[in-house]
Amino acid sequence: MKGLPPVLITAIVLVLGFAACAVQFPNIASTRVVGNLLTDNAFLGIVAVGMTFVIISGGIDLSVGSVIGFTTVFVALVIERWGVPPLAAFLAILVLSAAFGAAMGAVIHVFDLPPFIVTLAGMFLARGASFLLSTESVPITAPIYSTVSDFALRMPGGGRLTAIAIIMLVIVIGGALLLHLTRFGANVYALGGSRTTASLMGVAVGKMTIKIYMLSSLLAGIAGIVFSFYTSAGYSLSAVGVELDSIAAVVIGGTLLTGGQGSVIGTFLGVLIQGMIQTYINFDGTLSSWWTKIATGVLLFAFIALQQGLVALARRPVTKSAGVAS
Amino acid sequence: MGNGLDPASPLLEVRGISKSFGAVRALQDVDFTLRAGEIHALLGENGAGKSTLIKVVTGVFPRDAGIVRLGGEDVAPRSAKAALSAGIATVYQEVNLLPNLSVAQNLFLDRQPMRFGIVREGEMRRRAKALLADFGLDIDVAAPLGDYSVAIQHVTAIARAVDLSARVLILDEPTASLDRHEVEILFRIMRQLAKRGIGIVFVSHFLDQVYEISDRITVLRNGRLVGEREIASLPRIELIRMMLGRELAETTSARAAASERPPREVCASFENYGKASYVAPFNLELRHGEVVGLAGLLGSGRTETARLVFGAERADRGQAKVEGAAVRLQSPRDGVRHGFGYCPEERKTDGIVAELTVRENIVLALQAKRGLHRPLSRREQDEIGRRYIRMLDIRPPDPERPVGLLSGGNQQKVLLARWLATSPRLLVLDEPTRGIDVGAHAEIIRLIRELCDDGLSLLVISSELDEIVTYSDRVVVLRDRAHVEELAGEAIDVGNILAAIAADSVAVALEAHT
Ligand SMILES: Nc1ncnc2c1ncn2[C@@H]1O[C@H](COP(=O)(O)OP(=O)(O)OP(=O)(O)O)[C@@H](O)[C@H]1O
Ligand SMILES: [Mg+2]
Repeated sequence: MKGLPPVLITAIVLVLGFAACAVQFPNIASTRVVGNLLTDNAFLGIVAVGMTFVIISGGIDLSVGSVIGFTTVFVALVIERWGVPPLAAFLAILVLSAAFGAAMGAVIHVFDLPPFIVTLAGMFLARGASFLLSTESVPITAPIYSTVSDFALRMPGGGRLTAIAIIMLVIVIGGALLLHLTRFGANVYALGGSRTTASLMGVAVGKMTIKIYMLSSLLAGIAGIVFSFYTSAGYSLSAVGVELDSIAAVVIGGTLLTGGQGSVIGTFLGVLIQGMIQTYINFDGTLSSWWTKIATGVLLFAFIALQQGLVALARRPVTKSAGVAS
Repeated sequence: MGNGLDPASPLLEVRGISKSFGAVRALQDVDFTLRAGEIHALLGENGAGKSTLIKVVTGVFPRDAGIVRLGGEDVAPRSAKAALSAGIATVYQEVNLLPNLSVAQNLFLDRQPMRFGIVREGEMRRRAKALLADFGLDIDVAAPLGDYSVAIQHVTAIARAVDLSARVLILDEPTASLDRHEVEILFRIMRQLAKRGIGIVFVSHFLDQVYEISDRITVLRNGRLVGEREIASLPRIELIRMMLGRELAETTSARAAASERPPREVCASFENYGKASYVAPFNLELRHGEVVGLAGLLGSGRTETARLVFGAERADRGQAKVEGAAVRLQSPRDGVRHGFGYCPEERKTDGIVAELTVRENIVLALQAKRGLHRPLSRREQDEIGRRYIRMLDIRPPDPERPVGLLSGGNQQKVLLARWLATSPRLLVLDEPTRGIDVGAHAEIIRLIRELCDDGLSLLVISSELDEIVTYSDRVVVLRDRAHVEELAGEAIDVGNILAAIAADSVAVALEAHT
């Protein structure tokens, strides 16, 4: 074989990193800390799942952070100012964000534009729209918010698995099943391999592109709702730069930035690694929180270098020998 | 016939198709008729419009004019997927499938066996194995397709199309990278399918194969229909005249002239050269003005030998010498520095830069050899581009056209031109005539001879034994990644080469009996 698969390397980094943290701060190795880590990164985990699909298919989605921001403001205003029932508000924003993603996918396909440009435009558009709605932070006081915030499964050791952490775990598992077990998932990899070839093989490339960006935006919408639970407020400046954090998680998780290879589980591990670094810095107390970014940057470099190495290896024609059936 | 199909009824009718790419009129008013249960060869020179016709029929390119009727009904598929669901399965010339997906996924992409919305991976693998077994392949279908050789990838592509069991099966140069054995298997399957009433369109530049398998032929030239004939009543010479629009200048297959040249000094030599689990150590001497042919089945170590010689792969033992001096060949750069050139077999991934123009592609290796601080002037580039376009008859003769827009065969010629432009002392050609039409084929063989007379040393890999026999001064036969036999002079003939290739299977058969 060609050495360790990238996901395994990510897993090893996570385990070693966690062990190192636990040696320095024994308290880190508790369900309480792990529970908090999952809660704090729930929204990131959710968008990163969508980003994984996009990147494996050979694209990129820069709009997700803005979609989260827009969602929080939209939900807050609609519930608080207009008195719309929260569930109806959630449904409306999910439809809206899915349509937004579908539109970006359609533009990418029909006009054959680079996803980078189209989703960059989408990023400005969604962020701008959220400023139009409100420039201030709008607190949400609807009862469902406190109910959801209070809900948690007790874990042994006193940790709390909150509702939003559960939502994230369900989406990670669902995303992994969708990617690895369904026809849709196989087509995502096919697009990442080569759009032209996939299309010649009969894959409906246009529909796939639309669905993939729709999925990414839909998950960004869900992440936005989760984010509003997390902060109990809607703010047009929330989740700035989250698109980059999620791309980082995807790449650290072993997904090839050029598409065609990767996994949702890897992305999840990537999110956990980022959360772990954040936790370490919190425990340390003296380090500036910007160290999270620096550590993430170093890790990214390491992983991209690693991928380049693996790609170079894979390029070498290691031709497998074929047996001949008799 | 028993299948209730009228063998003479048209299954696929194409009438008055035209297609232009900008100013290039790729197809003009072309008709084509395919009957149920027939194997119909679509022939023509490189750039004649064969692949374009196929793509227009299957909706990959929109057509400018004309109609397509399938089973009597007008169809206008707007994508490969639509053509597929209408009942037209195609292996396109440039399709290598998706190297990042498993073999099984490639075979069943978009039509995997499902249960409750979930792909039944086990069932899919089982079917993939069974399907490939029909083609004599027994491989791990869970491994990525990219891990396998081009030939296996091609067989996979064909198996996929065959398994779609459509009413029309179109194969654009399916045999280009297959060896004899695989071609036989493919032909057997094509005949079975035709018997079931499927109409098959077959594009190939191998006229032997065309005569062996097809019932009728249609010939295109410069985007126009030349004619449609029954193969049985069409002499080969007449067919060639239809394709070329002129007589083929005689390329004798007599090889006498080649062997009569006096032996010249050694250009490069390899002693006990090899690499563990790649190619067994071999001795090889390449002389100036001499063609050495490498023969053997696919996977016998031909390409591997070529890569070692060029430096694309590092040897772990043995000694290489160039003009008598010991050298180390660690990388392709070393090869180029010592005046070697290498035309690989996989032109799409290993050679052609589709976005660059014909001129830029041709001067690429020469520029690299001179170094970036000594750029070729535009005038020199134009001059070189024009010279090779003329020499190899690259069409259209436009040096400023992106190579990706040329037909498959013309891309092959551009690649050859690139290495010729570096005036190498040793040129390694891996399947140089693959995908090249009869006219250019003869041209390239003549060119090989001329180059030799100028003192170039050539190492040529080919699956075409007739061809190898025609131009080689010596032939090295490989088997199971080892050099097993070297033939020279009178001993070079197809029979002897086949005997050397086959000796092994005889031995195996004997072993099995004891
Ligand atoms: N996408 C394209 N854009 C512009 N020109 C094209 C394109 N595809 C093909 N052509 C041109 O159309 C003509 C016909 O090409 P086509 O690929 O059909 O030839 P072919 O008969 O299949 O040749 P070969 O035997 O070499 O494969 C050529 O002149 C080619 O340069
Ligand atoms: Mg062609």
